[in-house]
Amino acid sequence: MAETGTITVKRGLAQMLKGGVIMDVVTPEHAVIAQEAGAVAVMALERIPADIRAAGGVARMSNLELVQSIMDAVTIPVMAKCRIGHFAEAQALQQLGVDFIDESEVLTPADEQYHVDKTPFTTPFVCGARNLGEAMRRINEGAAMIRSKGEAGSGNIVEAVRHMRAITESIKELAEAKDLKAYAREMRVPLKLVKEVAEAGKLPVVLFCAGGISTPADASLMMQLGAEGNFVGSGIFKSNNPRAFAKAIVDATTHFADPKVIVEASLSLGKDSRAMEGLDLRKVPESELLAPRGN
Amino acid sequence: MGTNAGTVGVLALQGDVVEHLAALKESGVQAVPVKSKEDLGRVDGLIIPGGESTTVMKLLDRFELAEPVIARTREGMPLWGTCMGMIVVARDVTGTQQPTLGLMDISVRRNAFGRQNESAEVSLPIPVLGGKNFPAVFIRAPWVERAGRAVEVLAERDGRAVMVRQENMLATSFHPELSGDRRVHEYFMRMVSDALVGKRRKIA
Repeated sequence: MAETGTITVKRGLAQMLKGGVIMDVVTPEHAVIAQEAGAVAVMALERIPADIRAAGGVARMSNLELVQSIMDAVTIPVMAKCRIGHFAEAQALQQLGVDFIDESEVLTPADEQYHVDKTPFTTPFVCGARNLGEAMRRINEGAAMIRSKGEAGSGNIVEAVRHMRAITESIKELAEAKDLKAYAREMRVPLKLVKEVAEAGKLPVVLFCAGGISTPADASLMMQLGAEGNFVGSGIFKSNNPRAFAKAIVDATTHFADPKVIVEASLSLGKDSRAMEGLDLRKVPESELLAPRGN
Repeated sequence: MGTNAGTVGVLALQGDVVEHLAALKESGVQAVPVKSKEDLGRVDGLIIPGGESTTVMKLLDRFELAEPVIARTREGMPLWGTCMGMIVVARDVTGTQQPTLGLMDISVRRNAFGRQNESAEVSLPIPVLGGKNFPAVFIRAPWVERAGRAVEVLAERDGRAVMVRQENMLATSFHPELSGDRRVHEYFMRMVSDALVGKRRKIA
Protein backbone atom coordinates (compact mmCIF):
# COMPACT_ATOMS: atom_id res chain seq x y z
CA MET A 1 0.00 0.00 0.00
CA ALA A 2 1.28 3.46 -0.84
CA GLU A 3 0.68 6.19 1.74
CA THR A 4 0.75 9.67 0.21
CA GLY A 5 0.88 13.08 1.90
CA THR A 6 2.67 11.87 5.05
CA ILE A 7 4.83 14.23 7.10
CA THR A 8 7.89 12.28 5.92
CA VAL A 9 7.20 12.75 2.21
CA LYS A 10 6.11 16.37 2.64
CA ARG A 11 9.18 17.37 4.65
CA GLY A 12 11.22 15.00 2.48
CA LEU A 13 10.79 17.02 -0.71
CA ALA A 14 12.17 20.09 1.09
CA GLN A 15 15.14 17.99 2.20
CA MET A 16 15.86 17.18 -1.45
CA LEU A 17 16.02 20.91 -2.27
CA LYS A 18 18.73 21.66 0.30
CA GLY A 19 21.85 23.42 -0.88
CA GLY A 20 19.94 24.71 -3.88
CA VAL A 21 18.35 27.86 -5.28
CA ILE A 22 14.61 28.27 -5.92
CA MET A 23 13.92 30.98 -8.48
CA ASP A 24 10.84 33.15 -9.11
CA VAL A 25 9.72 32.94 -12.73
CA VAL A 26 6.83 34.58 -14.58
CA THR A 27 6.94 32.72 -17.93
CA PRO A 28 7.78 29.21 -19.17
CA GLU A 29 10.84 30.76 -20.85
CA HIS A 30 12.08 32.09 -17.51
CA ALA A 31 11.50 28.66 -16.01
CA VAL A 32 13.71 27.05 -18.65
CA ILE A 33 16.46 29.64 -18.03
CA ALA A 34 16.24 28.89 -14.30
CA GLN A 35 16.44 25.12 -14.86
CA GLU A 36 19.37 25.56 -17.26
CA ALA A 37 21.20 27.61 -14.65
CA GLY A 38 20.80 24.82 -12.10
CA ALA A 39 17.77 25.92 -10.04
CA VAL A 40 16.38 23.10 -7.85
CA ALA A 41 12.82 24.39 -8.23
CA VAL A 42 10.92 27.37 -9.61
CA MET A 43 8.21 29.56 -8.09
CA ALA A 44 5.55 30.23 -10.73
CA LEU A 45 4.24 33.80 -10.48
CA GLU A 46 2.35 36.36 -12.56
CA ARG A 47 4.66 39.12 -11.39
CA ILE A 48 7.92 39.05 -9.47
CA PRO A 49 7.83 40.71 -6.05
CA ALA A 50 9.56 43.94 -7.18
CA ASP A 51 6.77 44.44 -9.75
CA ILE A 52 4.03 43.46 -7.27
CA ARG A 53 5.47 46.10 -4.95
CA ALA A 54 5.52 48.71 -7.73
CA ALA A 55 2.02 47.88 -8.97
CA GLY A 56 0.28 48.02 -5.58
CA GLY A 57 -3.35 46.92 -5.38
CA VAL A 58 -4.38 43.38 -4.50
CA ALA A 59 -1.99 40.55 -5.38
CA ARG A 60 -3.69 37.13 -5.70
CA MET A 61 -2.78 33.55 -6.62
CA SER A 62 -1.36 33.46 -10.16
CA ASN A 63 -3.36 32.63 -13.24
CA LEU A 64 -3.57 28.82 -13.20
CA GLU A 65 -3.04 28.47 -16.93
CA LEU A 66 0.29 30.24 -16.49
CA VAL A 67 1.21 27.94 -13.59
CA GLN A 68 0.28 24.91 -15.70
CA SER A 69 2.37 26.12 -18.64
CA ILE A 70 5.38 26.47 -16.31
CA MET A 71 4.77 22.95 -14.93
CA ASP A 72 4.79 21.68 -18.51
CA ALA A 73 8.00 23.52 -19.38
CA VAL A 74 10.38 22.08 -16.77
CA THR A 75 11.16 18.79 -15.01
CA ILE A 76 12.20 20.34 -11.67
CA PRO A 77 9.57 20.90 -8.94
CA VAL A 78 7.18 23.83 -9.41
CA MET A 79 5.94 25.92 -6.48
CA ALA A 80 3.13 28.47 -6.50
CA LYS A 81 1.86 31.03 -4.00
CA CYS A 82 -1.49 31.36 -2.29
CA ARG A 83 -2.60 34.27 -0.11
CA ILE A 84 -2.20 33.92 3.64
CA GLY A 85 -5.27 32.10 4.98
CA HIS A 86 -6.78 31.55 1.52
CA PHE A 87 -7.32 27.80 1.77
CA ALA A 88 -9.46 27.72 -1.38
CA GLU A 89 -6.53 29.02 -3.46
CA ALA A 90 -4.39 26.34 -1.79
CA GLN A 91 -6.97 23.65 -2.64
CA ALA A 92 -6.92 24.80 -6.27
CA LEU A 93 -3.12 24.66 -6.41
CA GLN A 94 -3.11 21.17 -4.90
CA GLN A 95 -5.74 20.04 -7.42
CA LEU A 96 -3.64 21.48 -10.25
CA GLY A 97 -0.72 19.38 -8.98
CA VAL A 98 1.97 21.90 -8.05
CA ASP A 99 4.75 20.33 -5.98
CA PHE A 100 4.84 22.92 -3.18
CA ILE A 101 2.51 25.73 -2.05
CA ASP A 102 3.99 28.95 -0.66
CA GLU A 103 1.51 30.62 1.71
CA SER A 104 3.09 33.98 1.09
CA GLU A 105 3.12 37.46 2.58
CA VAL A 106 4.11 38.71 -0.90
CA LEU A 107 0.45 38.34 -1.90
CA THR A 108 -2.25 40.37 -0.19
CA PRO A 109 -3.42 38.43 2.91
CA ALA A 110 -6.94 36.97 2.72
CA ASP A 111 -7.31 36.28 6.44
CA GLU A 112 -5.92 38.58 9.10
CA GLN A 113 -6.43 36.06 11.89
CA TYR A 114 -5.73 32.56 10.57
CA HIS A 115 -3.22 30.92 8.28
CA VAL A 116 -4.25 27.90 6.21
CA ASP A 117 -4.54 24.67 8.23
CA LYS A 118 -1.89 22.87 6.20
CA THR A 119 -2.08 19.47 7.89
CA PRO A 120 -4.88 17.92 5.78
CA PHE A 121 -3.17 18.84 2.48
CA THR A 122 -1.23 16.25 0.47
CA THR A 123 0.86 19.01 -1.13
CA PRO A 124 3.58 20.38 1.18
CA PHE A 125 3.63 24.04 2.21
CA VAL A 126 6.46 26.53 2.73
CA CYS A 127 5.81 29.58 4.89
CA GLY A 128 7.75 32.72 5.75
CA ALA A 129 8.95 33.65 9.24
CA ARG A 130 10.65 36.67 10.83
CA ASN A 131 11.45 34.92 14.07
CA LEU A 132 11.30 31.55 15.79
CA GLY A 133 7.76 32.10 17.09
CA GLU A 134 6.41 32.62 13.56
CA ALA A 135 8.40 29.62 12.30
CA MET A 136 7.07 27.36 15.08
CA ARG A 137 3.46 28.48 14.58
CA ARG A 138 3.68 27.73 10.88
CA ILE A 139 5.23 24.30 11.56
CA ASN A 140 2.50 23.60 14.08
CA GLU A 141 -0.07 24.44 11.37
CA GLY A 142 1.62 21.86 9.12
CA ALA A 143 4.27 23.76 7.15
CA ALA A 144 6.87 21.33 5.72
CA MET A 145 9.47 24.03 5.10
CA ILE A 146 10.27 27.50 6.47
CA ARG A 147 11.89 30.45 4.74
CA SER A 148 13.05 33.55 6.52
CA LYS A 149 10.89 36.35 5.12
CA GLY A 150 13.36 39.11 4.40
CA GLU A 151 11.75 41.92 2.45
CA ALA A 152 10.70 40.56 -0.94
CA GLY A 153 11.39 42.64 -4.03
CA SER A 154 13.64 45.06 -2.15
CA GLY A 155 17.07 43.98 -3.39
CA ASN A 156 18.19 44.74 0.16
CA ILE A 157 19.60 41.90 2.24
CA VAL A 158 19.26 43.61 5.62
CA GLU A 159 15.86 42.16 6.56
CA ALA A 160 16.88 38.64 5.47
CA VAL A 161 19.90 38.88 7.78
CA ARG A 162 17.76 40.20 10.64
CA HIS A 163 15.22 37.38 10.30
CA MET A 164 17.76 34.58 9.82
CA ARG A 165 19.74 35.75 12.85
CA ALA A 166 16.56 36.05 14.91
CA ILE A 167 15.60 32.47 14.12
CA THR A 168 19.02 30.87 14.64
CA GLU A 169 19.81 32.86 17.80
CA SER A 170 16.46 31.98 19.37
CA ILE A 171 17.09 28.30 18.64
CA LYS A 172 20.42 28.57 20.50
CA GLU A 173 18.69 30.34 23.36
CA LEU A 174 16.08 27.59 23.49
CA ALA A 175 18.72 24.89 23.69
CA GLU A 176 20.03 26.47 26.90
CA ALA A 177 16.69 27.52 28.37
CA LYS A 178 15.44 26.05 31.64
CA ASP A 179 11.74 26.91 31.41
CA LEU A 180 10.58 25.69 28.00
CA LYS A 181 6.95 26.04 29.08
CA ALA A 182 7.34 29.82 29.16
CA TYR A 183 8.63 29.76 25.57
CA ALA A 184 5.74 27.54 24.47
CA ARG A 185 3.28 30.00 26.00
CA GLU A 186 4.98 33.01 24.49
CA MET A 187 5.22 31.41 21.04
CA ARG A 188 1.70 29.94 21.29
CA VAL A 189 2.78 26.44 20.26
CA PRO A 190 2.69 23.02 21.99
CA LEU A 191 5.48 22.30 24.48
CA LYS A 192 6.29 19.12 22.54
CA LEU A 193 7.39 21.15 19.50
CA VAL A 194 9.49 23.52 21.64
CA LYS A 195 11.21 20.54 23.28
CA GLU A 196 11.88 18.96 19.90
CA VAL A 197 13.60 22.13 18.62
CA ALA A 198 15.51 22.64 21.89
CA GLU A 199 16.85 19.09 21.81
CA ALA A 200 17.74 19.00 18.12
CA GLY A 201 19.17 22.53 18.09
CA LYS A 202 17.39 23.07 14.77
CA LEU A 203 13.93 23.26 13.25
CA PRO A 204 12.29 19.91 12.41
CA VAL A 205 11.88 21.18 8.83
CA VAL A 206 14.27 22.65 6.28
CA LEU A 207 15.05 26.38 6.65
CA PHE A 208 15.72 28.47 3.52
CA CYS A 209 16.38 32.20 3.16
CA ALA A 210 14.20 34.53 1.08
CA GLY A 211 13.70 38.21 0.44
CA GLY A 212 16.57 40.37 -0.75
CA ILE A 213 19.27 38.17 -2.29
CA SER A 214 20.67 39.89 -5.40
CA THR A 215 24.33 38.84 -5.72
CA PRO A 216 26.50 35.72 -5.34
CA ALA A 217 27.95 37.19 -2.14
CA ASP A 218 24.43 37.69 -0.72
CA ALA A 219 23.73 34.00 -1.37
CA SER A 220 26.95 32.98 0.38
CA LEU A 221 26.24 35.29 3.33
CA MET A 222 22.84 33.75 4.01
CA MET A 223 24.15 30.18 3.77
CA GLN A 224 26.91 31.05 6.23
CA LEU A 225 24.29 32.51 8.57
CA GLY A 226 22.46 29.19 8.66
CA ALA A 227 20.19 28.99 5.60
CA GLU A 228 19.99 25.53 4.05
CA GLY A 229 19.24 27.00 0.63
CA ASN A 230 18.04 30.22 -1.02
CA PHE A 231 14.94 31.62 -2.67
CA VAL A 232 15.82 34.29 -5.20
CA GLY A 233 13.09 36.31 -6.81
CA SER A 234 13.61 39.74 -8.23
CA GLY A 235 17.40 39.37 -7.82
CA ILE A 236 17.64 37.32 -11.00
CA PHE A 237 15.03 38.60 -13.41
CA LYS A 238 15.43 42.25 -12.35
CA SER A 239 19.18 42.14 -13.02
CA ASN A 240 20.40 43.08 -16.50
CA ASN A 241 21.67 39.56 -17.20
CA PRO A 242 19.34 36.91 -15.69
CA ARG A 243 21.19 33.88 -17.16
CA ALA A 244 24.52 34.96 -15.70
CA PHE A 245 23.08 35.99 -12.31
CA ALA A 246 21.10 32.75 -12.03
CA LYS A 247 24.15 30.57 -12.64
CA ALA A 248 26.45 32.66 -10.44
CA ILE A 249 23.99 32.56 -7.51
CA VAL A 250 23.66 28.77 -7.87
CA ASP A 251 27.46 28.35 -7.80
CA ALA A 252 27.78 30.66 -4.78
CA THR A 253 25.08 28.73 -2.91
CA THR A 254 26.78 25.38 -3.60
CA HIS A 255 30.25 26.54 -2.53
CA PHE A 256 29.13 29.21 -0.07
CA ALA A 257 32.09 28.67 2.25
CA ASP A 258 34.71 28.99 -0.50
CA PRO A 259 35.54 32.66 -1.27
CA LYS A 260 37.44 31.53 -4.38
CA VAL A 261 34.19 30.28 -5.92
CA ILE A 262 32.37 33.49 -4.87
CA VAL A 263 35.03 35.50 -6.73
CA GLU A 264 34.79 33.29 -9.83
CA ALA A 265 30.98 33.47 -9.74
CA SER A 266 31.09 37.26 -9.37
CA LEU A 267 33.65 37.64 -12.18
CA SER A 268 31.54 35.42 -14.44
CA LEU A 269 28.90 38.17 -14.45
CA GLY A 270 31.14 40.39 -16.61
CA LYS A 271 31.90 44.07 -16.24
CA ASP A 272 28.60 45.29 -17.70
CA SER A 273 26.44 43.29 -15.32
CA ARG A 274 24.26 45.20 -12.92
CA ALA A 275 22.40 43.68 -10.01
CA MET A 276 18.81 44.85 -9.47
CA GLU A 277 18.22 48.31 -8.03
CA GLY A 278 17.80 48.12 -4.27
CA LEU A 279 15.48 49.95 -1.88
CA ASP A 280 16.54 51.76 1.27
CA LEU A 281 13.96 50.17 3.55
CA ARG A 282 14.23 53.02 6.09
CA LYS A 283 12.55 55.20 3.47
CA VAL A 284 9.73 52.75 2.75
CA PRO A 285 6.54 53.53 4.71
CA GLU A 286 5.65 50.80 7.17
CA SER A 287 2.31 50.19 5.47
CA GLU A 288 4.21 49.12 2.32
CA LEU A 289 6.41 46.51 4.03
CA LEU A 290 5.52 42.88 3.24
CA ALA A 291 7.26 41.00 6.05
CA PRO A 292 4.93 42.07 8.91
CA ARG A 293 1.99 40.38 7.16
CA GLY A 294 0.86 37.14 8.83
CA ASN A 295 2.70 36.83 12.13
CA MET B 1 32.13 -1.65 12.05
CA GLY B 2 35.72 -0.61 12.73
CA THR B 3 38.26 1.29 10.70
CA ASN B 4 38.54 -1.65 8.27
CA ALA B 5 35.12 -0.67 6.94
CA GLY B 6 36.72 2.31 5.18
CA THR B 7 35.49 5.83 4.65
CA VAL B 8 32.27 6.53 2.80
CA GLY B 9 31.75 9.86 1.03
CA VAL B 10 28.46 11.59 0.26
CA LEU B 11 28.45 13.83 -2.82
CA ALA B 12 27.73 17.24 -1.29
CA LEU B 13 26.87 19.53 -4.20
CA GLN B 14 23.14 19.67 -3.42
CA GLY B 15 20.46 17.53 -1.78
CA ASP B 16 19.92 15.55 1.41
CA VAL B 17 23.60 15.09 2.21
CA VAL B 18 23.33 15.49 5.99
CA GLU B 19 20.71 12.73 6.25
CA HIS B 20 23.05 10.20 4.57
CA LEU B 21 26.02 11.29 6.69
CA ALA B 22 23.92 10.84 9.85
CA ALA B 23 22.72 7.39 8.74
CA LEU B 24 26.31 6.27 8.09
CA LYS B 25 27.62 7.64 11.37
CA GLU B 26 24.77 5.94 13.23
CA SER B 27 26.08 2.66 11.84
CA GLY B 28 29.58 3.49 13.09
CA VAL B 29 31.12 4.28 9.70
CA GLN B 30 33.50 7.11 8.87
CA ALA B 31 31.47 9.44 6.67
CA VAL B 32 32.56 12.64 4.93
CA PRO B 33 30.99 15.13 2.51
CA VAL B 34 32.57 15.19 -0.97
CA LYS B 35 32.70 18.60 -2.67
CA SER B 36 35.95 18.36 -4.64
CA LYS B 37 38.34 15.99 -6.44
CA GLU B 38 40.56 16.06 -3.36
CA ASP B 39 37.66 14.94 -1.15
CA LEU B 40 36.85 12.15 -3.61
CA GLY B 41 40.41 10.87 -3.41
CA ARG B 42 40.00 10.21 0.30
CA VAL B 43 36.94 7.93 0.19
CA ASP B 44 36.50 4.17 -0.39
CA GLY B 45 32.87 4.42 -1.50
CA LEU B 46 30.53 7.19 -2.66
CA ILE B 47 26.83 7.89 -2.18
CA ILE B 48 25.03 10.25 -4.56
CA PRO B 49 22.12 11.48 -2.43
CA GLY B 50 18.62 12.70 -3.21
CA GLY B 51 18.28 16.11 -4.83
CA GLU B 52 17.65 17.57 -8.28
CA SER B 53 19.39 15.64 -11.05
CA THR B 54 19.52 18.51 -13.57
CA THR B 55 21.13 20.73 -10.93
CA VAL B 56 23.69 18.20 -9.78
CA MET B 57 24.72 17.11 -13.29
CA LYS B 58 25.48 20.76 -14.10
CA LEU B 59 27.45 21.19 -10.87
CA LEU B 60 29.37 17.92 -11.45
CA ASP B 61 30.48 19.35 -14.80
CA ARG B 62 31.11 22.92 -13.64
CA PHE B 63 33.24 21.80 -10.71
CA GLU B 64 35.04 19.06 -12.68
CA LEU B 65 33.86 16.10 -10.63
CA ALA B 66 32.09 14.05 -13.32
CA GLU B 67 35.24 12.53 -14.84
CA PRO B 68 36.89 11.63 -11.52
CA VAL B 69 33.68 9.95 -10.25
CA ILE B 70 33.46 7.93 -13.49
CA ALA B 71 37.15 6.96 -13.28
CA ARG B 72 37.01 5.88 -9.62
CA THR B 73 33.84 3.84 -10.20
CA ARG B 74 35.36 2.08 -13.23
CA GLU B 75 38.34 1.18 -10.99
CA GLY B 76 35.89 -0.58 -8.67
CA MET B 77 34.93 2.05 -6.06
CA PRO B 78 31.46 1.16 -4.71
CA LEU B 79 28.86 3.74 -5.75
CA TRP B 80 25.26 4.09 -4.57
CA GLY B 81 22.72 6.51 -6.00
CA THR B 82 19.45 7.28 -4.20
CA CYS B 83 16.60 8.75 -6.26
CA MET B 84 18.43 11.62 -7.99
CA GLY B 85 21.55 9.46 -7.60
CA MET B 86 19.88 6.68 -9.60
CA ILE B 87 19.24 9.15 -12.43
CA VAL B 88 22.80 10.51 -12.31
CA VAL B 89 24.41 7.04 -12.57
CA ALA B 90 22.04 5.74 -15.29
CA ARG B 91 23.01 5.26 -18.93
CA ASP B 92 20.12 7.49 -20.04
CA VAL B 93 16.84 9.11 -19.05
CA THR B 94 13.83 7.88 -21.03
CA GLY B 95 12.22 10.51 -23.23
CA THR B 96 14.86 13.22 -22.62
CA GLN B 97 18.34 14.22 -23.71
CA GLN B 98 19.31 14.88 -20.09
CA PRO B 99 23.00 14.13 -19.58
CA THR B 100 24.04 11.50 -16.99
CA LEU B 101 27.27 9.82 -15.89
CA GLY B 102 26.23 6.74 -17.88
CA LEU B 103 27.80 4.27 -15.45
CA MET B 104 25.03 1.70 -14.92
CA ASP B 105 23.39 -0.15 -17.77
CA ILE B 106 19.90 1.12 -16.93
CA SER B 107 17.43 3.55 -18.49
CA VAL B 108 15.38 5.44 -15.93
CA ARG B 109 12.14 7.37 -16.15
CA ARG B 110 12.07 10.55 -14.08
CA ASN B 111 9.13 11.37 -11.79
CA ALA B 112 7.80 8.01 -12.96
CA PHE B 113 5.42 7.54 -10.03
CA GLY B 114 4.12 11.11 -10.48
CA ARG B 115 4.62 14.60 -9.10
CA GLN B 116 4.83 15.43 -5.38
CA ASN B 117 1.17 14.58 -4.62
CA GLU B 118 2.01 10.96 -5.57
CA SER B 119 5.11 10.83 -3.34
CA ALA B 120 4.52 8.01 -0.86
CA GLU B 121 5.72 5.68 1.86
CA VAL B 122 5.59 2.05 0.76
CA SER B 123 6.27 -1.17 2.65
CA LEU B 124 8.64 -2.88 0.20
CA PRO B 125 9.81 -6.50 0.13
CA ILE B 126 13.59 -6.61 -0.50
CA PRO B 127 14.69 -10.28 -0.32
CA VAL B 128 18.45 -9.50 -0.03
CA LEU B 129 17.72 -7.62 3.21
CA GLY B 130 15.85 -10.52 4.83
CA GLY B 131 12.20 -11.32 5.40
CA LYS B 132 11.01 -8.05 6.91
CA ASN B 133 9.68 -5.42 4.48
CA PHE B 134 11.60 -2.16 4.12
CA PRO B 135 9.89 1.20 4.80
CA ALA B 136 10.65 2.86 1.46
CA VAL B 137 10.13 6.62 1.01
CA PHE B 138 9.48 7.59 -2.61
CA ILE B 139 9.66 11.32 -3.46
CA ARG B 140 8.97 12.31 -7.08
CA ALA B 141 10.76 9.05 -7.66
CA PRO B 142 12.15 7.50 -10.84
CA TRP B 143 11.87 3.83 -11.81
CA VAL B 144 14.11 1.63 -13.92
CA GLU B 145 12.53 1.40 -17.35
CA ARG B 146 15.17 -0.95 -18.81
CA ALA B 147 17.90 -2.94 -17.10
CA GLY B 148 20.83 -4.50 -18.99
CA ARG B 149 21.91 -8.12 -18.63
CA ALA B 150 24.57 -7.36 -16.03
CA VAL B 151 22.02 -5.64 -13.81
CA GLU B 152 20.35 -7.52 -10.96
CA VAL B 153 16.90 -6.31 -9.85
CA LEU B 154 16.79 -6.38 -6.03
CA ALA B 155 13.33 -4.88 -5.46
CA GLU B 156 10.21 -3.97 -7.39
CA ARG B 157 7.21 -1.75 -6.70
CA ASP B 158 4.07 -2.45 -8.77
CA GLY B 159 6.20 -4.50 -11.15
CA ARG B 160 8.74 -1.70 -11.67
CA ALA B 161 12.40 -2.13 -10.68
CA VAL B 162 13.23 0.30 -7.87
CA MET B 163 16.46 -1.20 -6.47
CA VAL B 164 19.16 -2.53 -8.77
CA ARG B 165 22.78 -3.61 -8.57
CA GLN B 166 25.47 -3.98 -11.19
CA GLU B 167 28.76 -5.19 -9.70
CA ASN B 168 30.13 -2.29 -7.57
CA MET B 169 27.12 -0.05 -8.30
CA LEU B 170 23.82 0.16 -6.43
CA ALA B 171 20.79 2.35 -7.17
CA THR B 172 17.52 2.86 -5.31
CA SER B 173 14.48 4.91 -6.43
CA PHE B 174 13.64 5.53 -2.78
CA HIS B 175 15.36 7.22 0.17
CA PRO B 176 16.65 4.81 2.86
CA GLU B 177 18.27 7.85 4.55
CA LEU B 178 14.77 9.17 5.41
CA SER B 179 13.47 6.09 7.22
CA GLY B 180 14.98 4.86 10.47
CA ASP B 181 15.80 1.47 8.91
CA ARG B 182 19.55 1.22 8.18
CA ARG B 183 19.60 -2.09 6.29
CA VAL B 184 20.29 -0.60 2.84
CA HIS B 185 23.12 1.51 4.27
CA GLU B 186 24.53 -1.63 5.91
CA TYR B 187 24.18 -3.51 2.61
CA PHE B 188 26.18 -0.76 0.85
CA MET B 189 28.79 -0.72 3.61
CA ARG B 190 29.33 -4.44 3.03
CA MET B 191 29.94 -3.63 -0.65
CA VAL B 192 32.54 -1.09 0.48
CA SER B 193 34.31 -3.43 2.92
CA ASP B 194 34.24 -6.29 0.38
CA ALA B 195 35.85 -4.00 -2.20
CA LEU B 196 38.56 -3.05 0.33
CA VAL B 197 39.28 -6.72 1.10
CA GLY B 198 39.54 -7.44 -2.63
CA LYS B 199 41.93 -4.51 -3.07
CA ARG B 200 44.13 -5.64 -0.17
CA ARG B 201 44.26 -9.17 -1.63
CA LYS B 202 45.37 -7.77 -4.97
CA ILE B 203 48.16 -5.80 -3.28
CA ALA B 204 49.21 -8.83 -1.19
